[in-house]
Amino acid sequence: MQLLKLNSTIKFMKLRIPALVFSTLLILGSLGSLAVNQLNWGLDFTGGTLIEVGYPEAAKLDQIRQQLDRSGFGDAVVQNFGSSQDVLIRLAPRDGVKAVEIGDQVMASLREAGQEVDMRRIEFVGPNVGEELTEQGGLAMLTALICILIYVAMRFEWRFALGSVSALAHDVIITLGLFSILQLEFDLTILAAVLAVIGYSLNDTIVVSDRIRENFRKIRKSEPEEIINISLTQTLNRTIITSVTTILVLLALFYQGGALIHGFATALLFGVFIGTYSSIYISSSVALLLGISKEDLIPEVVEKEGEDLEPML
Amino acid sequence: MLNKTSLWKLLLVLVVVGASALYALPNIYGEDHAIQISAGRNAQVTEQMITSIEAQLKANDIAIKRTEFTDGKILVRVPDSDTQLVARELLQKQLGDEYFVAMNLAPDTPKWLADLGGAPMKLGLDLRGGVHFLMEVDMNSAIGKAQEDLVGDFKSALREEKLRYRSVKQAGAGVNIQFRDQATLDSARFFLRNRNPDLVFTERDGLVIVATFSENRLKQIRDYAVKQNITIIRNRVNQLGVAEPLVQKQGAERIVVQLPGIQDTAKAKEILNATATLEFRMVDQDNDVRDAVNGRIPASSILVKDRSGQPQLLKKRVMLTGNHIVDANSGADEYGIPQVNISLDSKGGSKMSQGTKDNIGNPMATVFIEYKSTGERDANGKLIFEKKEEVISIATIQARLGSNFRITGLDSPKEARDLSLLLRAGALIAPITIVEERTVGPSLGAENIELGMQAIQGGLLLVLVFMLIYYKAFGIVANVALIANLVMIVGIMSMIPGATLTLPGMAGIVLTVGMAVDANVLIYERIREELRDGRSPQQAIHHGYDSAFSTILDANITTFIAGLILFAIGTGPIKGFSITLMIGIATSMFTAIVLTRVIVNLVWGGRRLEKLWI
Repeated sequence: MQLLKLNSTIKFMKLRIPALVFSTLLILGSLGSLAVNQLNWGLDFTGGTLIEVGYPEAAKLDQIRQQLDRSGFGDAVVQNFGSSQDVLIRLAPRDGVKAVEIGDQVMASLREAGQEVDMRRIEFVGPNVGEELTEQGGLAMLTALICILIYVAMRFEWRFALGSVSALAHDVIITLGLFSILQLEFDLTILAAVLAVIGYSLNDTIVVSDRIRENFRKIRKSEPEEIINISLTQTLNRTIITSVTTILVLLALFYQGGALIHGFATALLFGVFIGTYSSIYISSSVALLLGISKEDLIPEVVEKEGEDLEPML
Repeated sequence: MLNKTSLWKLLLVLVVVGASALYALPNIYGEDHAIQISAGRNAQVTEQMITSIEAQLKANDIAIKRTEFTDGKILVRVPDSDTQLVARELLQKQLGDEYFVAMNLAPDTPKWLADLGGAPMKLGLDLRGGVHFLMEVDMNSAIGKAQEDLVGDFKSALREEKLRYRSVKQAGAGVNIQFRDQATLDSARFFLRNRNPDLVFTERDGLVIVATFSENRLKQIRDYAVKQNITIIRNRVNQLGVAEPLVQKQGAERIVVQLPGIQDTAKAKEILNATATLEFRMVDQDNDVRDAVNGRIPASSILVKDRSGQPQLLKKRVMLTGNHIVDANSGADEYGIPQVNISLDSKGGSKMSQGTKDNIGNPMATVFIEYKSTGERDANGKLIFEKKEEVISIATIQARLGSNFRITGLDSPKEARDLSLLLRAGALIAPITIVEERTVGPSLGAENIELGMQAIQGGLLLVLVFMLIYYKAFGIVANVALIANLVMIVGIMSMIPGATLTLPGMAGIVLTVGMAVDANVLIYERIREELRDGRSPQQAIHHGYDSAFSTILDANITTFIAGLILFAIGTGPIKGFSITLMIGIATSMFTAIVLTRVIVNLVWGGRRLEKLWI
């Protein structure tokens, strides 16, 4: 069985200008949304208290809000989480109250009326911890990009390195943009997912770059654009199949992994699409724009000293 | 040409996959709910206790699976978590305070496997339920306390040297010493600098010397404050009845406390925040202990039991309280006899000196006071704490004591260590605050495991079917590799002592399942290409594997870099995810390149082929 029977080369690079325009628009849109709407930072980053409780039957959110209001937690955000029985209560960090005790106080006020409430999860994050995490997360992302830049520059060529890192930055910005536009909650697991997107997209980009390098060496008489087209066509089957298998497992995670993993799966699903697209269009286009040529990739022939001399024996 | 595998490669694959499978095996046997009984300071757990414990449980209709005795601990396995709760409460009541009765999950690994070091994967708190605290040590007060000591120390040192000062005060980041004239200032500076090499002295206008801590000294102060708090927390955690608590330093001034299986977080917090103090009192030698035991306690004395349960009659007046203790270390004197060296702050030093002046040759007792929860609650729902006093040492005063003295006459180095630990625990120099708390209820933990397993199974099944349809015979090979990969991840996770499986870690495994086939896809597509280019099947296999190798290596190394950075910088859930991701990358390279090659060579490599089912 063969997904695509390709006898002729697909002219991927013909569309490179529209693709670049499209990506630029997406990036601008994402940056715009990030500037205006910002990210819906989760508890991990903002600090505060989060309490997940389970009720034996469908929970009445209004009643819970009233109960909390009476106990002085009027600012609590109450919503269903995953199912109608599970309720998530969020409280912003507050001054003057021992933050650590809030969780227990909330549980006590919910149990006041004698209802059966199952404590499923309490998370409290101090405001300073949140700030540090935001810093750490940004730092992690930056360090990852720089290390990858250095490795690819060493193994391939700086044009490829810049190409693949711009593809990664492209993926990260657009994924963050999606979370900003849809106002999905951005917590630590989503950060892990975004970093996994970097890993995935990179994997794709390296495979393509590797083939381009190989073809530059193998096919002597062709323009760079043509060689990139040939390489992309040759790797297209693999690109699609790997995306399919990854998407299959992500769908399993999305539907079966539970509410806690939902955001993670969403980020990765989107990231796989955008990462596949970027490894085809962004990384090679950028390398092409930077003027990649045959000479850059063919290893120099080192002339051995004394090679032209007659052997002694 | 033919494709053959060398014998060593075949053996390597068999050994690696076999060993991983062996160490993955304990996960199938799972874990039992269990109760672990260990002894407190004054008690001992013996094998003979098993019979009575079993009898007590039986009398209360509590089912037992198995009882074991190892390393001075008794482990009672019970069928489920409800039984576990009931049994724990019952046993704690029966055995009393001298024993720690903790709930535990004990691996149900068969003995032969456990002897080989096999154990199931450790589950993170999000999967088994429990509490995670991140506590921050208040370094400002630790440094403030050290400055306070410095003030007293300077005053007495300068006085002794007859160097007259106008004032010694704490100011900002240092201590200011003001003098009356330049000459005294100069000689004082020379004297102090020689005496305190770990301080930085600078001169300021108005005949003032400012003494600040050197970086090195500051680091010492911080380290000590953290270490001391860790010691205290470990002590208290023991009371909570947690079988595998984790108390660990994180970063420069934070402490992580993880208590798996704890359900009552309010109780945990109250106990962790409880206080322990220490008092030095003289022993009352004028009155008889036996009279006091019989009810005739003199008005100026109290009765306190010592560690072996013997009552001791002590003076009511407290000579010194534990908050003056700066440091306590165990060591040995020149004859190798164990001792505990104690340093007091300047105020404590002068109090001690006053108190011991007229008491040389008399015994002095050290009393450890702890507030222990009784497990009962008052009308406001607060836990009731009971004051527990205990004499931890009685020593004869040999000479007038100052800020530094030692306690000798201890039986063993272990006793010296225990005593120094208790002494340190009595004086908290830097308070701690909880800056992060994560509590996962047991029901959510169980649900998370189930959901994670479902996702792994679902994802795996989808990929297996897809590969089979798409690559036919070679798809089966890739599927064998994929399953071997999963077994290897589980095996390696079980082998690495520090690795814990978390929910994000499970997501990492699912992701690895999806991405692991990539290497095989690369190889197989390459083989197809080679076939299209007109090579013979055997050549196609050979070239396919060879030319895909460097691509796979590059792609995986770059992803591995991303994983490594996640591991280095991230904490908690991110770390869990990165561990499985990195292990997955390493194992998938092995299974996809080496294992499949061995299988392909065995099945197709040894004969002439017209066609490949790929």
